[in-house]
Amino acid sequence: MSEPPFRILPRITDRNRFFWTNGADGTLRVLRCDACDTFVHPPAPVCPSCLGSAMHPEAVPGTARVHTFSVNHQSWMPGPELPYVVAIVDVDGAPDVRLTTNIVGCAPDDVEIGMLVQVAFERHDDPADPEHPIFLPLFEPVGE
Amino acid sequence: MSSEEVLERRAVISGIGQSDVGRRLNRDPLELTIDACLEAIDDAGLTRADIDGLATYPGAMDAPPGFSGAGVVDVQDALRLELDWYTGGIELPSQLGSVVDACLAVATGMARHVLCFRTVWEATAQGDKGRAAVTMGGGGGSFRAGGFMEWVLPFSAPSAAIWIAMLAHRHFHEYGTTREQMAWIALNARKNAVLNTKAVYREPLSLDDYFAARMISTPLCLYDCDAPADGSTAVIVSRADAAPDLRVPPVAVEAVGTALRGRPSWDQFDDLTTMACRDASAQLWERSALTPADVDVAEMYDGFSFITMAWLEAMGFCGKGESGPFVDGGERIALDGSLPLNTQGGQLSGGRLHGYGFLHEACLQLRGEGGERQVPGDPEVAVAAAGGGPLAGCLLLTRSR
Repeated sequence: MSEPPFRILPRITDRNRFFWTNGADGTLRVLRCDACDTFVHPPAPVCPSCLGSAMHPEAVPGTARVHTFSVNHQSWMPGPELPYVVAIVDVDGAPDVRLTTNIVGCAPDDVEIGMLVQVAFERHDDPADPEHPIFLPLFEPVGE
Repeated sequence: MSSEEVLERRAVISGIGQSDVGRRLNRDPLELTIDACLEAIDDAGLTRADIDGLATYPGAMDAPPGFSGAGVVDVQDALRLELDWYTGGIELPSQLGSVVDACLAVATGMARHVLCFRTVWEATAQGDKGRAAVTMGGGGGSFRAGGFMEWVLPFSAPSAAIWIAMLAHRHFHEYGTTREQMAWIALNARKNAVLNTKAVYREPLSLDDYFAARMISTPLCLYDCDAPADGSTAVIVSRADAAPDLRVPPVAVEAVGTALRGRPSWDQFDDLTTMACRDASAQLWERSALTPADVDVAEMYDGFSFITMAWLEAMGFCGKGESGPFVDGGERIALDGSLPLNTQGGQLSGGRLHGYGFLHEACLQLRGEGGERQVPGDPEVAVAAAGGGPLAGCLLLTRSR
């Protein structure tokens, strides 16, 4: 596997740690309200539906549909090889939750709105917390 | 329309001013700011002793470089203003949110004459290093992304160019909008910029030129992105009952819009083919008996060309999803069309004065001072709108009341 590109990593807090580190077991998780089952993203201290504060990271299938995307040709900072695909995906199993991400594992020209993709975590060591590497949830086409 | 009094109608725009505008002026941004402010104060027939309010966007900021040329404190102290009310901040309904605040301040009696300004010096700040030099997070190294940037920067999406490109693509997908149609936002802006001596790009631009330009982030090419510039724009918001003091007949504020009823997020907003402009526009029309058909000139944000298309639909100048056919060919939005649009060249060709340029131009047109680019027929009603994505603020202005 090739070396991942330079990425600006998220600032980890007690609230978002699960999201950015739980790819260690290959599973995508989204915060969900214990009381009313609403998925809450980005993670927040209370459920926006019922205002309950008891929530848990819930495993979702890890598949998603491309809601929209752009093929970026401009070099803004060190990062993936140009051009690369930035997409917003609708996460299966978590209604109304979207993620901005990259579509990898295919040519940019092969990406289409509506296509089925699956999570492909990209691991980055966290210099601030060597015990808990960060796993960025990228997405790739679902194999034939 | 609500039966309650629309309080912003107590406000008028009594004066306008603008510094030199250009690419890499290499001038002190506070100096540009003072130029614009003094011109606006003089235009209103006031002196600095009359100014008792100050409003700006985004307030003093060191980063990103060139994004803010002066804050409240800088201008208050430079001009030794004695203020009853002031505001300067970035969490507002667009750059023009600061002007809306000023309208509310004079309406509630907190101030009588509010000096509002916006200064950018992004062209000088980026120097020869290109736009990436002023992009958030461009420093790399140990920087960690927080706030909304937490959800985009790790995916190498640091620029609104990419975020807006994704909205545009969704619009293309749902409504069949094309690059050939969107190009007319840029071509129209350039046609108008040719007539504006302050515009930063004034050479004629053709559809072939547009398609020959390099891609930035599909479907946005270079000419769909506004041009970093240096410059300062100022307006004076006064109480309508202060009008007898003024030098020129003021522009009346008919209504404002600031609403954001969807989620305040570039990726979680319910409908990614529009955004906050939908809500701010709806609120603006809720506050006026005028309708989109009454508007004679529209000055609407074009940080990226698609944003103007979203505003056209949000304002009801065309139906939802119909902005592509509406702008196609450019006739409707030309100076002599049914809805003259971005008559100074917008930010695409006029330079990225960041919102305030549209308000300045709307006032100029209503005052009949557009010179070579004056919209014919004595326009009486104008819209000035700013912001893209989850940021939107707008004003409906009239020549007289």
